[in-house]
Amino acid sequence: MPGKLKAKIVAGRHLPVMDRASDLTDAFVEVKFGNTTFKTDVYPKSLNPQWNSEWFKFEVDDEDLQDEPLQITVLDHDTYSANDAIGKVYIDIDPLLCSEAATVISGWLPIYDTIHGIRGEINVLVKVDLFNDLNRFRQSSCGVKFFCTTSIPRCYRAVMVHGFVEELVVNEDPEYQWIDRIRTPRASNEARQRLIFLMSGELQRKIGLKVLEMGGNAVVGYLQCFDLEGESGLVVRAIGTACTLEKISTLPATATNPSNSSPSKDMKEPGFGEEAPGVPLSSGPPTPLRAQTFSSFSPSKSYSRQSSSSDTELSLTPKTGMGSGGSAGKEAGPLKALLRQQTQSALEQREYPFFTLTAFPSGFLLHVGGVVSARSVKLLDRIHNPDEPETRDAWWEEIRQEIKSHAKALGCHAVVGYSESTSICEEVCILSASGTAAILSSRFMQDGPLDTEHRFEEVVSPGCGFCHIPYDELNIPFPAQLTYCYCCRRYKVPDVLFTTIDLPTEANVNGKGCLIQARLCRTKKKAQGEVNATAISNLLPFLEYELHTQLMNKLKLRGMNALFGLRIQISVGETMLLGLASATGVYLTALPSPGGIQIAGKTPSDITYEQHISNMQKKINDTIAKNKELYEINPPEVVEEIIGSPIPEPRQRSRLFRSHSESSDEVSELDLSHGKKDAFVLEIDDTDAVEDIHALLTDSPTPAGFYSCNTEIMPGIQNWTSAIQMFTSVRVFRLNNVNLSNQGLNKIFSDLCENLLKSLYFKLRSMVPCCLCHLNFTVAIPEDELIQVAVTAVAMSFDKEQPLENGKQSGEKTLKKAITENDEQLQFNLELNAETSSSNPLSSPKGLSEVGSHPSARAPSVDYSSFADRCSSWIEQLKLKAHTIRRGSVKTTSSLEKASPLPEGRSRSLRSNRSYSGSSVAVVKMTPLSFIPGAKIIKYLGIINMFFIRETTSLREEGGVSGFLHTFIAEVFAMVRAHVAALGGNAVVSYSMKECVFMENPNKNQAQCLINVSGDAVIFVRESELELTSVQPQSATTQTSNGGEGT
Amino acid sequence: MSVELDVFVGNTTVLDEDVYQLWLDGHSVTDAVTIRVEAGALQECEANAEVLHSDTMDQFRTFQMCEQLLQSPSKLANQLLFQIPPHRQTMLIERYYEFDSAFAREVLGKKLSKGTKKDLDDISSKTGIALKSCRRQFDNFKRVFKVVEELKGPLVENIQRHFLLSDVLARDYAAIVFFANSRFETGKRKLQYLSFQDFAFCAGQLISYWTVGAVDNMMEDMDVDLEKEFLHDLKDLKVLVNDKDMLDQHKSLVCAQLRGKIKVFSEMEASFKNLSRALVNIASKLTHTKDVRDLFIDLVEKFIEPCRSDKWTIGDLRLFLTHYSSSVHTLEAFRHQVIWDRYMGVIKSCILKIGCGSCVLSQSSNKTKRETEEQDNFCQTLQKVSPPLVCLPPPYFLEETTGTEQTPVARLFSHLLGLLTTAIHLFIHPAVCVAE
Repeated sequence: MPGKLKAKIVAGRHLPVMDRASDLTDAFVEVKFGNTTFKTDVYPKSLNPQWNSEWFKFEVDDEDLQDEPLQITVLDHDTYSANDAIGKVYIDIDPLLCSEAATVISGWLPIYDTIHGIRGEINVLVKVDLFNDLNRFRQSSCGVKFFCTTSIPRCYRAVMVHGFVEELVVNEDPEYQWIDRIRTPRASNEARQRLIFLMSGELQRKIGLKVLEMGGNAVVGYLQCFDLEGESGLVVRAIGTACTLEKISTLPATATNPSNSSPSKDMKEPGFGEEAPGVPLSSGPPTPLRAQTFSSFSPSKSYSRQSSSSDTELSLTPKTGMGSGGSAGKEAGPLKALLRQQTQSALEQREYPFFTLTAFPSGFLLHVGGVVSARSVKLLDRIHNPDEPETRDAWWEEIRQEIKSHAKALGCHAVVGYSESTSICEEVCILSASGTAAILSSRFMQDGPLDTEHRFEEVVSPGCGFCHIPYDELNIPFPAQLTYCYCCRRYKVPDVLFTTIDLPTEANVNGKGCLIQARLCRTKKKAQGEVNATAISNLLPFLEYELHTQLMNKLKLRGMNALFGLRIQISVGETMLLGLASATGVYLTALPSPGGIQIAGKTPSDITYEQHISNMQKKINDTIAKNKELYEINPPEVVEEIIGSPIPEPRQRSRLFRSHSESSDEVSELDLSHGKKDAFVLEIDDTDAVEDIHALLTDSPTPAGFYSCNTEIMPGIQNWTSAIQMFTSVRVFRLNNVNLSNQGLNKIFSDLCENLLKSLYFKLRSMVPCCLCHLNFTVAIPEDELIQVAVTAVAMSFDKEQPLENGKQSGEKTLKKAITENDEQLQFNLELNAETSSSNPLSSPKGLSEVGSHPSARAPSVDYSSFADRCSSWIEQLKLKAHTIRRGSVKTTSSLEKASPLPEGRSRSLRSNRSYSGSSVAVVKMTPLSFIPGAKIIKYLGIINMFFIRETTSLREEGGVSGFLHTFIAEVFAMVRAHVAALGGNAVVSYSMKECVFMENPNKNQAQCLINVSGDAVIFVRESELELTSVQPQSATTQTSNGGEGT
Repeated sequence: MSVELDVFVGNTTVLDEDVYQLWLDGHSVTDAVTIRVEAGALQECEANAEVLHSDTMDQFRTFQMCEQLLQSPSKLANQLLFQIPPHRQTMLIERYYEFDSAFAREVLGKKLSKGTKKDLDDISSKTGIALKSCRRQFDNFKRVFKVVEELKGPLVENIQRHFLLSDVLARDYAAIVFFANSRFETGKRKLQYLSFQDFAFCAGQLISYWTVGAVDNMMEDMDVDLEKEFLHDLKDLKVLVNDKDMLDQHKSLVCAQLRGKIKVFSEMEASFKNLSRALVNIASKLTHTKDVRDLFIDLVEKFIEPCRSDKWTIGDLRLFLTHYSSSVHTLEAFRHQVIWDRYMGVIKSCILKIGCGSCVLSQSSNKTKRETEEQDNFCQTLQKVSPPLVCLPPPYFLEETTGTEQTPVARLFSHLLGLLTTAIHLFIHPAVCVAE
């Protein structure tokens, strides 16, 4: 089905001087789509040309529309020699293909050159007319919406969650083609940029087709990655979760009252787009077939335990032979088993019951088993047919199967928070996948009639249900210490829970959370090919084991008992392996209070040694106490009654499943539990352990007023202000000392991360009190002896509650303002508060005074960031309104300054000065989170997925490597903002920098960097504005949505 | 082991005003870190020196990247590279264009050319302002001058429009541009005591009343040059001193008005003709560019100094000038009232400013008796300090302001030099001596 793409080149500005003689430029523009090219006239001798061209029309297939970017090239006309290119703009027109997204692209876009960076801006108008509107959802994947957000987007509700979609495309990397030897770096970079644009377009289209096949209309949690395999090719792969989404009609009522507080509404909309109100699911399920299950209820299979789900059952044969794995919990009773069975069958139909979502509509996530992960080491030069995707497909299939069987072993039928990643060094490639084994409700999956059961399930679990073990107590897949849930006292829970998902909003949490990182560096010998791969495979288990131990110890040290958003990254270099595990630790009230850490010496003969040990023990105990105070963890005192664990030996509980296979089927299972040792006992029998403990204790706490987490929401903080600051920080560290021990390396790596965090806190000190959310660390080993750490996060400041009111600390009050606006939930929390505050009344106020009265944190007293934000939000508001009226030529004039009275009666008065100081650039917010505090997202405009290459041959002149990268990152931000603004948006949510590959050659004065970023372009409206304009919100929204029509 | 690369980029550009000032002041990163440590930055946020260094580097890099935009501030508002809230943009621009009065005073009236740029080393060592900062300030002057030079319309407004500066700062720039364009002499030793602000005030007066734009709001003409026609018309004022009757009549009118009102009445009466002649002569000579340049030195030498030697107070001066200019209206034979008012209005306020600057006295009229006495004696005091000198010779200033350690010999030498130059000065201007 064809479509018509129309583009108009309006004007340019700030163009570079291309003609030295006149200090001007004779610019014209080439507009290219597919194989068709149009040109504008030459606009002579101007740095601000006004082409105002006609509409260039391309009549193309919608397949091309999806695959191809619109390519705009700005050139300088030269009568005698070849025309010089000024730069290019690639426009992804995908957002225009979906009726619910943007309708026009219009605005100033930076003209980008891979050698010179941004060189001026160009104003364009792009529209698409799709013919045959009626038919279009049948024929192609146009219209399938893509979201990077890993939860159901705010203004939609999920009708159905279909499941996992994946796709992978391969192409030859232009950088490695023979032609690259003769073409210029610019041509090579542009070929690469264009290819990746094309490949991502193709990938999206193919995934879209799969989604349509499944009957969905959207992909949520879309994660697209590049593997630069070098000689063997360039791989673009993506995973996502197919869903059927329905737009929540923005009724004035909902708009003005986004809290969605009326319970009747909750009944109808199970709180999807909103903050997932924790409605006990006795409310009506979306399908009317409620009664049916009662009749069909038969406990036939409820006690039969198929497939003992042993650890070794890691068959690589997919799809078949797995039975209906999950073992029904004895305590759950027949109903639960039935549910299990039914959901299971729904999921069994799928190849992979995986979900890239990390946050779920309430009632969807029933139980969480634990983290499952799989890794595999592959050799890229062994690919038979590098240009075809088969081999890579097979690799990933292998890993996914493994993940699936791990989940099964945990008694779970699904994997949530699923993600995949790679690390490549020369010809060795580590493929990793991880997720959280879980049991899901069938409510949003498939074919209605299995609905009622949650009422049995959910009534008892207001915020602790997901902690209850999904596996069978008697047939436990790994040794674990189980207790009855500390909330409901009816079901068993493990003592520690590790997950890759976000903290469920309904979870009961005590105190605040914090970022916990385990960092590890392991040296390895330089080797080639298979030897190298084997060496890496052998190292991996140890690496993971130690990361796990570190995480566990650090978690205990903070007095917490659960990890969310766990992300383990393993990066491979020629002479070392880096492991970085980040997660957000919290104290879940449902889980038992963690014990302390005991140190035991192996040779207790020496007095001084004993002394030393007891000193350390004291230090550790002090740290735990201090941390509890810092994070406001006041666990309710409960009689410790460890209820009949089937396995008497207390062992380390949560466990990572992993395996590695070198080039093929060699799969092994690693038991990560500490043998026979008690998890809480650290034996310091060798220097390693001493080092470990030191490392444990040297983690410096966050400065006063700062909190950090790597999840979407920080437990314990809700009252965000509108001040947000997204940032990216990159550091490259050179290890000059070649012969370093593992310990030495560890220390260096750990210090590097710690210092980076410290720098971040210092930079953002003006935002205090604030929380760094979604701290996403990426490590890489770009070269021998180089370690690169990149961080992207958002700093959000929050209001400190009225200090010392009733001598209570904020944690409790924030709990009161729990995200879910559900009344029941709220009450529950209030009760909880009373309990906790009485249990430990002294420590909290102290904690507050410490935080609140930190003298220097407030000293400069320029809280300009928040002011800036308020100011900018005001301007945004203006902008938005202006936008709605006439896009394209937005100009807000602000006469902020009055001319001061003139001295001595000057006869003429100054006209309003600074008439054009008011910036004409719309403010675009960026955040890695899926929401903007204090604002409501009213429209998703489409996915932003951009890939840029920047190269320089004058590194020193551009301020060295730091100057080069600083400029480049700033340029990438600028281009993202400009494209979002052109779509009519004012923010990017779920922003992430997926790739930042930096290569340098200082001797040649050269450097190259590749950056891939993605996110969702949105329009948001401040909640305060919503209230203000509540008189006619309807018209406001319609205006905004029509705003795109342009001039 | 070393940090090879270290960057931090915020979606909203992170700017630290204190670090910005350090950068503007021309400090190196290392210096800036030291200064920040001394200012107690380490106490904030549990920072260490490494963190501070990284932050400073980062900020300096950001400012450097912004610098190009700051040089054409209107671009800052619609560039896309840095997302900076408008009020912070204003701050960045304003601070970037702010200058040290001491530096501006040195450059005032000089040609903003490469030659002057070469002298920046000297200015830097003289004023104690870092050379880097001097360069920035000089380049700012030059840039503003270049842009505004050829533009039509009001000068201050043009500067504001193109450089988005605050009203106050735009006025200062207008003064600098005006002085640079007309190349007023400000470097003479007798003018050394005047500050930049004194001159800026005078420039404001000249721009407001003596340029083309001053007469006609709608005139699309330049503000930078004095109105030729007006300067030509000033020749007609000569009649005031050439016509003996008129001169006598004028004198008697003024004397009648001032009798008993000023303490230096007799001196005034004695020197009235000289003073009037001086003022009118200055006016009539303004058609020559050279004399325009010497306007301020002439005012000082031919008018202020005689007054000063007669121990006039600023109050006396004001009363005299007020009546001197107003009584012309009653001279029936005089026909150039408009020109006269336009001329005297500016001259009066300039003289008062300059005179005031020399006395370092406040202009307020209701002073206590003691203060008035002090004013009366100010010249005496000055003369006591250095009897043959009207004002302190520059070497004294130099010595004090720079604060560099000089050997006693050098000190003596510079003192002698001061005396010598004053002597030469007096020798060159015998007319003044005779008049006195």
